[in-house]
Amino acid sequence: MSRRVLPGFGLSLGYTLAYLGLIVFLPLAALLVKASGMGLDGLWTTLSAPPVLAALRLSFGAALLSAFVNAVVGLLVAWVLVRYSFPGRRLFDALVDLPFALPTAVAGIALTALYAPKGWIGEWLAPLGIKVAFTPLGVLVAMIFVGFPFVVRTVQPVLESLDRDIEEAATTLGASRLQTFMRVLLPLLLPALLTGFALALARAVGEYGSVIFIAGNIPMKSEILPLVIVKQLEQFNYAGAAAVGVVMLALSFLLLLAISLLQRWSRRWAER
Amino acid sequence: MEAVLKIPAHARPRRSRLVPGLLIAAALGFLLLFLVLPLAAVFVEALRKGLGTYVAAVVHPEAIAAIKLTLLVAAIAVPLNTVFGVAAAWAMTRFDFRGKALLGALIDLPFSVSPVVSGLIYVLLFGAQGWFGPWLQAHDIKLIFAVPGLVLATVFVTLPFVARELIPLMQSQGSDEEEAARVLGASGWQIFFRVTLPNIRWALLYGVLLCNARAMGEFGAVSVVSGHIRGLTNTLPLHVEILYNDYNYAGAFAVASLLAFLALLTLGLKTFLEWRYGAELAARAPRGH
Repeated sequence: MSRRVLPGFGLSLGYTLAYLGLIVFLPLAALLVKASGMGLDGLWTTLSAPPVLAALRLSFGAALLSAFVNAVVGLLVAWVLVRYSFPGRRLFDALVDLPFALPTAVAGIALTALYAPKGWIGEWLAPLGIKVAFTPLGVLVAMIFVGFPFVVRTVQPVLESLDRDIEEAATTLGASRLQTFMRVLLPLLLPALLTGFALALARAVGEYGSVIFIAGNIPMKSEILPLVIVKQLEQFNYAGAAAVGVVMLALSFLLLLAISLLQRWSRRWAER
Repeated sequence: MEAVLKIPAHARPRRSRLVPGLLIAAALGFLLLFLVLPLAAVFVEALRKGLGTYVAAVVHPEAIAAIKLTLLVAAIAVPLNTVFGVAAAWAMTRFDFRGKALLGALIDLPFSVSPVVSGLIYVLLFGAQGWFGPWLQAHDIKLIFAVPGLVLATVFVTLPFVARELIPLMQSQGSDEEEAARVLGASGWQIFFRVTLPNIRWALLYGVLLCNARAMGEFGAVSVVSGHIRGLTNTLPLHVEILYNDYNYAGAFAVASLLAFLALLTLGLKTFLEWRYGAELAARAPRGH
């Protein structure tokens, strides 16, 4: 017992477990039990309904695409913030976290105001035949917004800790700027980049508030998976809502697992 | 360096200023278009119909009720999760026990659950058709479509914020100082208030700040459990939605501008804490929320 010099083990762990049990474990168990009460057939009937499948495809497809865009843009923004100095750099750095701080409903109506056919940006896109609001493209735009900070914030510290000697070494050995980036920097940044990608993906798949305003929520076309749950609940179809909820929860667990494996990998990577 | 090595001019890579310039322009262009413009849109749309409309929307009795409810929900949820965060961090960083990694994952779980699912689980537990639904109805207790449901959903969604700030910090600080205090005869609470708390206060404040911002701004989870009863179960974000769906855009953006202002305040304070007390927050995990 020499490890437990400090008091409060029973109290702090007991409180933690009781709190988690009541707030997290019990409600999640209610979801699992409700869904399993339907049996596999019932689950399958709910999930294979065409509107649900379409929503699943849209939520996943748009979330994957948004995470990909955020990986590329996030890497660029992290690079610019770490490597270059320009006026207002600190302000822009602080601004990166805006999507975390801005309530999703506010982001949702603001993006809709910008991208609606008569909106600030929408009126410039409309003559080009590009419709963003009330289409799947709008879903994508909202998902890019909410997932944006993740890649920047995972890549930034790694980039800051990188020793510039290795780049100089590559340059002295005759590598071009692109070669240095692709062969030297990118492999070092990869674990952080993938972690940010997975975090942005997890956030985008489950996102609700910022998406529903701009999406227009046309069934089979621009309806996302969380909205399917809300609609089932509005029709008092609790079992149907639970079935879709369980699928989303399973996705969260898988992504959480992937993220923790990625983080273990980046830590090992950093220690080499 | 190059002067010392005398690399011949043809072997030296050309370092034009063009590439950094283009990269900076692209990054800032994206930030302006995707972050600054939506923020500006909130305030411009809010004032589009003049200051009178703006003020009228903000002091409307339903808006005032929504502001009060939002403050009430945050005033319950944030302290609950602050106490939980401190207890969890103490248990996780000061003792060794089996299943610690699992416990850590469980604390993080609410961050990766969809807000709608976070609301759904409480409906399935306490709603009319839920596990405790019949019992609650028999005793005339209403949790779902009432204020307690809003609090529960908010507590779930904001549960990890404080714990996740404190755990990495307290891990890296170690427990030498606390053990020294113990040897000198301090009681558990004395150790906590005189040694631990001063060491973690800025990280604690940082966590509370983020927890509060999310608690006041949460939409999806509270939307599911609220039932949208005007003046009774509408928080500010839900009020924004109602006004917007009523085609009262100026009113919706006016109320939204209050939340946007809160977000800017949070970002400002957060940046200040990082700048002023960066070293004392240093062990923060580089992750979003």
